[in-house]
Amino acid sequence: MRTLEQTTEEIVGLAATHFQVPREKLSPDDDFFKKLGIDSLQALDLLTRLENHFGVELPDYEIQGVTDFRALARRIQARL
Amino acid sequence: MLDLSRYDSLGAALRDALERWPEETCLIEADRDRERCRLTYGQFKQVALPLASALERSGFAAGDRAAIIMTNQSKWLISAYAVFHSGGVLVPLDYKLTASEQLQLLAHSKARVLVTEYPIWSALMQAEGFRDLRAKTVLVTEAPPETDLAGAHRWEEFKATREPAFVPRQRTDMACIVYSSGTGGRPKGCVMTHENYLEQCMALTSLYPFWPGVRYLSILPTNHAIDFMVGFIGPFTCGAAVVHLRTLRPEYVREAFRRYKITYMTLVPLLLKNLEKGLRERFAALPAHKRMLFNGLVAVNHLLTRRRPRLEVSRRLLPQIHLAFGGELRALFVGGAFTEPATLQFFYDLGIPVANAYGLTEAGTVVTLNDFKPFRPDTVGKPLPGMEVRILNPAPDDVGEVAVRSKAVMSHYLDDPERTAETIVNGWLLTGDLGRLDSTGHLQLFGRKKNMIVTAEGKNIYPEDIENVFEGLPVKEFCVFAANYLWPERSMVGEQLVVVLRLERGQSFSDALLEELSSRNRRLLPFKRISGYVLWDEDFPRTASMKIKRAALAEQIRGRLDRSQAVVAL
Repeated sequence: MRTLEQTTEEIVGLAATHFQVPREKLSPDDDFFKKLGIDSLQALDLLTRLENHFGVELPDYEIQGVTDFRALARRIQARL
Repeated sequence: MLDLSRYDSLGAALRDALERWPEETCLIEADRDRERCRLTYGQFKQVALPLASALERSGFAAGDRAAIIMTNQSKWLISAYAVFHSGGVLVPLDYKLTASEQLQLLAHSKARVLVTEYPIWSALMQAEGFRDLRAKTVLVTEAPPETDLAGAHRWEEFKATREPAFVPRQRTDMACIVYSSGTGGRPKGCVMTHENYLEQCMALTSLYPFWPGVRYLSILPTNHAIDFMVGFIGPFTCGAAVVHLRTLRPEYVREAFRRYKITYMTLVPLLLKNLEKGLRERFAALPAHKRMLFNGLVAVNHLLTRRRPRLEVSRRLLPQIHLAFGGELRALFVGGAFTEPATLQFFYDLGIPVANAYGLTEAGTVVTLNDFKPFRPDTVGKPLPGMEVRILNPAPDDVGEVAVRSKAVMSHYLDDPERTAETIVNGWLLTGDLGRLDSTGHLQLFGRKKNMIVTAEGKNIYPEDIENVFEGLPVKEFCVFAANYLWPERSMVGEQLVVVLRLERGQSFSDALLEELSSRNRRLLPFKRISGYVLWDEDFPRTASMKIKRAALAEQIRGRLDRSQAVVAL
């Protein structure tokens, strides 16, 4: 079972790869909309990739109001 | 379709629809690739009437208000019908608002009943102000078993067997209270009558008819005026079907077109651009010879559809494109924000007409709509039948404020006669948008006179609604503005909000203040954030009750500061 820290790390790493941003430029408390320069649809796209990676399913409303990697990790962790 | 001119209320029209097409499918609900529910009009009635009966038994009566806070799903429409059957007034609220904003609007609307989903109810229960919730009956859908619902009922179990009485309403009675903004303290509850909706529905379906067998894909929130009309009232009064998708993921939206052979769908410009981007990438990946052939076919289609769309021709010329959209698509509708003409042209040349519209909740949803006679992507179309449009105080280039008059225009703002009087003058609704009618009667938009912005996602953001996040900022005073309101610009895209800061005497703009401003800004949802700040060196003009005179302040700023130098990006 992953820890929350591990889940967060993996999310940040996947986001960096997917949106082609250097990993070292991202940190868990970053606002991913701003840091990655993405819109709500691109955030949903990221969510789909995270679901495939972690083998969980997250309804769209789960990321309502979520803007940083750590909060996203908590949502995913709760379903692992 | 039903002859809506013969009906007095939405409830009466919907009731007849349930009787007239008992075997036709009216609702399909899918979650990703799993179909969750499929109902005929007859089955819809069997689910809705026991709910209406239970509502009546709970004391819900004519004129009582019932709020719905739900994502797009079948229970939204079933609950709405039960409310109308009982003579109630519907209050559709945005499920994307925060819990405290929802509580504020529930209080303002004086809703007696609340219908919501379990995750939303959980958030409401934890929000400050929950104890002040005055709704007597709360129905919660999809609650996990054994969960404490704090006195709320499970929607699935809230039913009674007695045949509910149908409660008739008059055309001029209130049908819905729709909030167009105002979570910042002065809610704008548009009071819509039954007549508003019946008239709008007749006008829209005269241009874009629905019939049994038509399938409308509903992905915009049903609380939004557009989806309420074209994703509920329109299809239901014509015997058509509504398909709900419980996700907005582009891959499932694409799949839904094919699976359900969608006829119409409405989207916002952001989604349309996303579709365009995906298609362009696929075209670019074609081998050179195929791409040439494809471009040739698109050019032929462009020539053959210059005067009007010719669906059969386009489907034959570009079968792969049309099959990717299910093969039955007749048109996409786009509204809620400005759409670039190039995007509209891109789809039109593929044989997929995108009817762009202009409207506002206060006008009963749609004011103008592209009717493709001929296609005019540089405009937002012509006024709907029954909709009068005037340009007030036109400048030498004929651009002025758009004013509209029709039976679809709202009755008033709930409990706000002052704002109603400012907005509806001598029967004309002042939209605050700047436009020009050309010689063929098409409306072109050029910007806004009002202090607000609209995002590509179709979100209307009013400065007053986001100011509370900056309360307590260590400055003397502050005020949020739409940048285009401070410095009028003839543009409908890239609109931004800025905060004007008046520092204390001797205070300088420090890094700490910048950090505080940025951190507060981050508390807002991304599309609501301000883009920059402006430093102002005079006290703000205020009314006797100490409210900021926004228009006067804007005029002072406009007079002394230049936008390009005054706005510092955040």
